[in-house]
Amino acid sequence: MGLGMLASRVMRPTASKLPRNLLSHFHIRPIVSTPESSAAQAQPEPEPTPPPRAPVAGARVHFKNPDDAIEVFVDGYPVKIPKGMTVLQACEVAGVDIPRFCYHSRLSIAGNCRMCLVEVEKSPKPVASCAMPALPGMKIKTDTPVAKKAREGVMEFLLMNHPLDCPICDQGGECDLQDQSMAFGSDRGRFTEMKRSVVDKNLGPLVKTVMTRCIQCTRCVRFATEVAGVQDLGMLGRGSGEEIGTYVEKLMTSELSGNVIDICPVGALTSKPFAFKARNWELKGTETIDVTDAVGSNIRIDSRGPEVLRILPRLNEDINEEWISDKTRFFYDGLKRQRLNDPMIRGADGRFKAVSWRDALAVVAEVAHQTKPEEIVGIAGQLSDAESMMALKDFLNKMGSNNVWCEGNGVNTDADLRSGYLMNSGIAGLEKADVFLLVGTQPRVEAAMVNARIQKTVRATQAKVGYIGPAADFNYDHQHLGIGPQTLIEIAEGRHPFCSALLNAKNPAIIVGAGLFERKDKDAIFSAVETISKYAKVVRPDWNGFNVLLLNAAQAAALDLGLVPESGKSIESAKFVYLMGADDVNMEKVPVDAFVVYQGHHGDRGVYRANVILPAAAFSEKEGTYENTEGCVQQTLPAVPTVGDARDDWKIIRALSEVAGVRLPYDSLGAIRSRIKTVAPNLVHMDEREPATFSASLKPDFSHKMSLTAFGSTIENFYMTDSITRASKIMAQCSALLLKK
Amino acid sequence: MLARLAANRLLEIRQLFRQPLSSRSFSTALNYHLDSPDNNPDLQWEFSDVNKEKAKEILSHYPSNYKQSAVIPLLDLAQQQHGGWLPVSAMNAVAKVIEVAPIRVYEVATFYSMFNRSKVGKYHLLVCGTTPCMIRGSREIEDALLKHLGVKRNEVTKDGLFSVGEMECMGCCVNAPMITVADYSNGSEGYTYNYYEDVTPKRVVEIVETLRRGEKLPPGTQNPQRIRCGPEGGNTTLLSEPKPPPCRDLDAC
Ligand code: SF4
Ligand code: FES
Ligand code: FES
Repeated sequence: MGLGMLASRVMRPTASKLPRNLLSHFHIRPIVSTPESSAAQAQPEPEPTPPPRAPVAGARVHFKNPDDAIEVFVDGYPVKIPKGMTVLQACEVAGVDIPRFCYHSRLSIAGNCRMCLVEVEKSPKPVASCAMPALPGMKIKTDTPVAKKAREGVMEFLLMNHPLDCPICDQGGECDLQDQSMAFGSDRGRFTEMKRSVVDKNLGPLVKTVMTRCIQCTRCVRFATEVAGVQDLGMLGRGSGEEIGTYVEKLMTSELSGNVIDICPVGALTSKPFAFKARNWELKGTETIDVTDAVGSNIRIDSRGPEVLRILPRLNEDINEEWISDKTRFFYDGLKRQRLNDPMIRGADGRFKAVSWRDALAVVAEVAHQTKPEEIVGIAGQLSDAESMMALKDFLNKMGSNNVWCEGNGVNTDADLRSGYLMNSGIAGLEKADVFLLVGTQPRVEAAMVNARIQKTVRATQAKVGYIGPAADFNYDHQHLGIGPQTLIEIAEGRHPFCSALLNAKNPAIIVGAGLFERKDKDAIFSAVETISKYAKVVRPDWNGFNVLLLNAAQAAALDLGLVPESGKSIESAKFVYLMGADDVNMEKVPVDAFVVYQGHHGDRGVYRANVILPAAAFSEKEGTYENTEGCVQQTLPAVPTVGDARDDWKIIRALSEVAGVRLPYDSLGAIRSRIKTVAPNLVHMDEREPATFSASLKPDFSHKMSLTAFGSTIENFYMTDSITRASKIMAQCSALLLKK
Repeated sequence: MLARLAANRLLEIRQLFRQPLSSRSFSTALNYHLDSPDNNPDLQWEFSDVNKEKAKEILSHYPSNYKQSAVIPLLDLAQQQHGGWLPVSAMNAVAKVIEVAPIRVYEVATFYSMFNRSKVGKYHLLVCGTTPCMIRGSREIEDALLKHLGVKRNEVTKDGLFSVGEMECMGCCVNAPMITVADYSNGSEGYTYNYYEDVTPKRVVEIVETLRRGEKLPPGTQNPQRIRCGPEGGNTTLLSEPKPPPCRDLDAC
């Protein structure tokens, strides 16, 4: 007898023992069981109700109508859920996490992976819980041998064609398939054929594809169609030849494309810039917010040591749900390039020389003292936090000047009424609107997450969108009403066909672009908008649809703090200009003989004109308060150490004030926040949205003074809007490839 | 003994690797499009005037907010018009008619194996390869066709007249083996899709030659002994009038 036979002898008994073991372990019903007999079996010893579990991942139950509540039993434990919930959602409320691949709470239900099978009493087969509506009295069993076996079967099929390349897969460690195969996978496969392989697709510079890993869950297809609003991706072919792709060679031209990386449950779609950089368990996550636009998306910065390696979205239902734009996700490599790390002074030869902080501050203080107070100007950049803007304003005030403002806010912006510069309906509130009027704003490039809300609303409720401005890209149905103030006047005077839509709307929303702040006839435009909002009942006690969509992160806080220039001409007559990260001011306006101090983190436009450079910390390196366009106050937290000799913005100004002999009375973040509290108390209520109190305004009549120049587009290149994004290589690639017309 | 076992195992493993990739048959060609001079999105494609009317007729069958339901009949019409295959520009044209994103049309066109996305002959011969036909010799039929035409599967003959493809069961297993001839030689007006049943390797070659001469030949069974799907030499059972169902007296109610 050979060794092989011996071996098989040894194997066999174990194999036959196994089922018996199983039999005694689990209670397996006789095969010929009728409902009665199993009920009779169950009756003698009623199972004790297991203790209730906490809902999975904070699953919330929201009863629209208390009568609609139904009761189901999950593993014997009763839960009350609203009608219309699926079995999977009911299980989540009951605290049972159902394995899944294709189901995603923000996408439509596909029901094609079958991983979520559960047993339901009286149903002959296991049911796909994600697609099955829960019915009153349903008895759902999630951990029975039947459910387990069903999932194991599904898992075996999924793994059949899945490559065994976890060691070289970037999803490793955060892969749903990997995790769930630990629970339901077998340690060996029975599949002996060739595995299939699929050609990789080129989706552009952001998303890397390894399509052989795809498990055909279609989440990415549904995301592209439903959330991103670009129908590029599709499921092609059928059977084992099925693959995800665009069919024709096409890049994914969506500003939200990076999110498919997060929703892909396997490693088929991963981040191209992050490829092979790190494993997710090596990274330190810091929960902070994004500053590239005025939305303030909640993000998590994943860093290793001093390096930011990737940025992921954080859930915030009111702001970004769980998506972020590509700019937010991929601009982080700009944080490593073009950084200013030493204080520098421009010598007589026009070259910068690194000096010590002491010397640099002394020079700045001296020049500031030699300048007449009214010739001192301070400009805060679009990435400034509230603390540093407060310090800058206080410092300049102490120097006798009140010429301090934030770029993007225009010259005579009215900072008195918060309702005049905030998104009063809130970002989430936009979902209630049924007619949108966009005035001089292209939300798709100005605030991608706000655009995603509008697209969501349009998709869900067929809300009408009217747009006034230059021809622009939209990813939802819209009417292009006109290109300039002419149309606005027509609507304000009720002569335009769109007026009837506004008048018939239940919750009309007007969104005015902050790009209009820079126009001379801004007041006239705003009063025209106000006229419209008056007759269309846009502002009511129960609904405020008058919205201003700001452009950058610092704007709202700057206006709250009253950073508005005293006169429009101040920059032309300035002799001492303090740029706090301001790169987008028109440097040509600055007189040649003016002394320019640039305090910031990137060698960007401001540096070319600067006489002194004071290196500051970027948003990822400091704690700072930001207010987003809807008035929600949030803060960044330091994820990585600062670069070189850089310091926090407010500390630099505080130190400078000391050197200049006008010491600012705060020397901790807490102290400066209490100072802010006296100016704008809402800015210290973290993570709260303080709606503007409504008040009737007394704006001048609109009909005169409005120039008829068409509205311009404020942002030319979505991927490059500030000093960090302009330094980013990835963003440069994106603008080269994706904006190619 | 041990050696033999090991050798056996090795053989199995070797066999595994030797398995040619083509042993897993995929419905048709690639699931993605590669630009070529006669097939790229820049080529103009439109329904002919006659077919525009037909397309309108097809669309009228569906509610106006469900135009996309017409995707399959319209793709079929486009395929007939374009000589039996769908270039990507034709799919784009269909997408425009039914007002959906092109990818939604590509999805459908790649799903169904009867939409050809690469060139076919004027006569596209489809051999049924499903079990009943296979048992009755469909492999030999296909071999005969391929040998006679000197082409590979899904390849077009030099004169552009013929191509041979494989199809799954077309529902006339009772007359297995069978082939289908999709005739695109006369555009969408003269388009036919005929079954030739009970074929033999000899008979298919004759069919091909008849078609080459431009003659028509009656579809259906090619076995002169059979009438349609009746048994060879006439019925042997069920000769009398069928009896009424025993369970229910229809007249009584
Ligand atoms: S690529 Fe990822 S998200 Fe898209 S279908 Fe495949 S597994 Fe799902
Ligand atoms: S999660 Fe239910 S079928 Fe995929
Ligand atoms: S198997 Fe060939 S027609 Fe059915």
